Amino acid sequence: MALNTTPHLTRPDDFYEFLIEMHRDLDEAQSQSANAQLILLLANHIGDFNILCEAMTLARESVLKQ
Amino acid sequence: MNTDYQTMEFEFQRCSEQNAYTPATTHPVIVVGAGPVGLSAAIDLAQQGTQVVLVDDDCTLSTGSRAICFAKRSLDIFDRLGCGERMAEKGVSWNVGKVFLKDELVYSFDLLPESGHHRPAFINLQQYYVEGFLLERARQLPNLEIRWKSKVIGVQQESERVTLTVETPEGNYALHGQYVVAADGARSPVRRLMGLDSKGRTFKDRFLIADVKMQAEFPVERWFWFDPPFHPNQSVLLHSQPDNVWRIDFQLGWDADPELEKTPERVIPRVKALLGNDTEFELQWVSVYTFSCLRMDKFRHGRVLFAGDAAHGVSPFGARGANSGIQDAENLAWKLALVLKGKAPDALLDSYAEEREYAADENIRNSTRSTDFITPKSTVSRLFRDAVLQLASRHSFARQLVNSGRLSVPAVLCDSTLNTPDRDGFSGRMMPGAAAVDAPVTADSHPAWLLSTLGQTFTGLFFHSSPELDARTVMALCALQQGNPALKLVLVHIGGGTASCCNDLPGAIFVFDHEGLAMQRYDARDGSFYLLRPDQHVSARWREIEVPAVQAALQRALGKGVSV
Repeated sequence: MALNTTPHLTRPDDFYEFLIEMHRDLDEAQSQSANAQLILLLANHIGDFNILCEAMTLARESVLKQ
Repeated sequence: MNTDYQTMEFEFQRCSEQNAYTPATTHPVIVVGAGPVGLSAAIDLAQQGTQVVLVDDDCTLSTGSRAICFAKRSLDIFDRLGCGERMAEKGVSWNVGKVFLKDELVYSFDLLPESGHHRPAFINLQQYYVEGFLLERARQLPNLEIRWKSKVIGVQQESERVTLTVETPEGNYALHGQYVVAADGARSPVRRLMGLDSKGRTFKDRFLIADVKMQAEFPVERWFWFDPPFHPNQSVLLHSQPDNVWRIDFQLGWDADPELEKTPERVIPRVKALLGNDTEFELQWVSVYTFSCLRMDKFRHGRVLFAGDAAHGVSPFGARGANSGIQDAENLAWKLALVLKGKAPDALLDSYAEEREYAADENIRNSTRSTDFITPKSTVSRLFRDAVLQLASRHSFARQLVNSGRLSVPAVLCDSTLNTPDRDGFSGRMMPGAAAVDAPVTADSHPAWLLSTLGQTFTGLFFHSSPELDARTVMALCALQQGNPALKLVLVHIGGGTASCCNDLPGAIFVFDHEGLAMQRYDARDGSFYLLRPDQHVSARWREIEVPAVQAALQRALGKGVSV
């Protein structure tokens, strides 16, 4: 598997706080849009189609298992 | 004075089959349907020396502008069919497309960013002109017989021929052919009569086409709006056509009433919302359509070969309908001609089906993706679509995701069994299966185009840098020129000065790559050799000529299945 699922974030707690903060004062539609735009920005940064596919597959499987 | 191709009517004439005293003949090929695809196939076959009967149930050309975008590849094909110049002259050339979100330009693209091609990326031309020009070309060919008001109402396959029952104003008759090309459109009667179907996905959306005649200030570009202020929450496409006609395509949504939306009372306010109240215009043609992306499982059924909309259907975004149909015709014609002449096995026709099914899948995939972007089918699909559009105006990366139609380019038939895989190292786009690209060249000190020199037969394209060819090369080229089948030779001089070896190879065409673009586009060096099929797809290539290897590749391209 090419997707890195081991700890890799330089500042995990700061990141998480920022992620929640990104949605502050946004209504539901704005939040959804912000998430979608974030995914697109990150996807372009990653670039590699296979890695992106692995991540999307993992996310879908994780939801279906719940 | 322009000919009005929309009002032309053609007369029914009794044919030889309707004369009781003429013995029944079996024609080599019957083409059903005189649309762009049927006409192209019939002309191509006739030009290759095959006797063709073309039957059509109607007696007119296209009503309304219908398919208006004809791609470079179609123009290259029309050039070989002898009517490319008329199409290009009458058509409106364009290369630039612009995409707007609301009233803001998101990005613009150039479909043919490089120069050095004879034909533009696209011309816009009403389908009735395309059919009219093709028909006038067809009428110059003595071995092409057109039968109007001749409706196929029965199809029967026999072991050595197909028998069609043809209904005419003067009664029915049996028409026999060795092969039938069914180019009879999306609702193909031949397909239905054979109990076959075309399967896929129908999109729940309606679109309004309004062709308006006006003196407009818009540039000759493809303009696409997502959610414009004059037609909120839907998409709009604006496109220029000859004779000061503009195509406006309004997305209406699934709930729109198609009959009501066609009335001038509904159409005129929509057009005025786009053009403003002061612009004077005249409605020329209005249509409301829905579309499906579908195809037949197999394009070949014994001696019946399906082409164009009869075989496959796409959404209009991407102009992949008529353009892919014309490529079907191009792919099929040389194969049928060679099979009928006994120069290739019947199995070569299987490759028509395989190659064009592959191309249809590519077209359907592209057109489905465009449709899903333009008319998102779920909340989350809409969410991402809008996110892409919002990012696109500020970030270049998102522009590559904006999909208002991936416009027609020829399929690269990279998996075709007719190809001989590369043995030598090459880079660039001209891999086996690709359609040959154009380049400016000089022939007899006159400017010319590489594609125009190639013709409609198997061709060897040889690149050389020295003005004199050595004896070994001349011998190899001679052997190929005199082989079976004989290769047409085009020698491209990629060095300085002019080639002086013309006398060594009578019949060969000598051109000079004065801008170096042929060399670049074909990744050619001194001695590089390309084998091109009659439809100008690359069949194989080498860094140097080896006669046995070329001949083996040629046999393979003829469907004789030589192993690698």
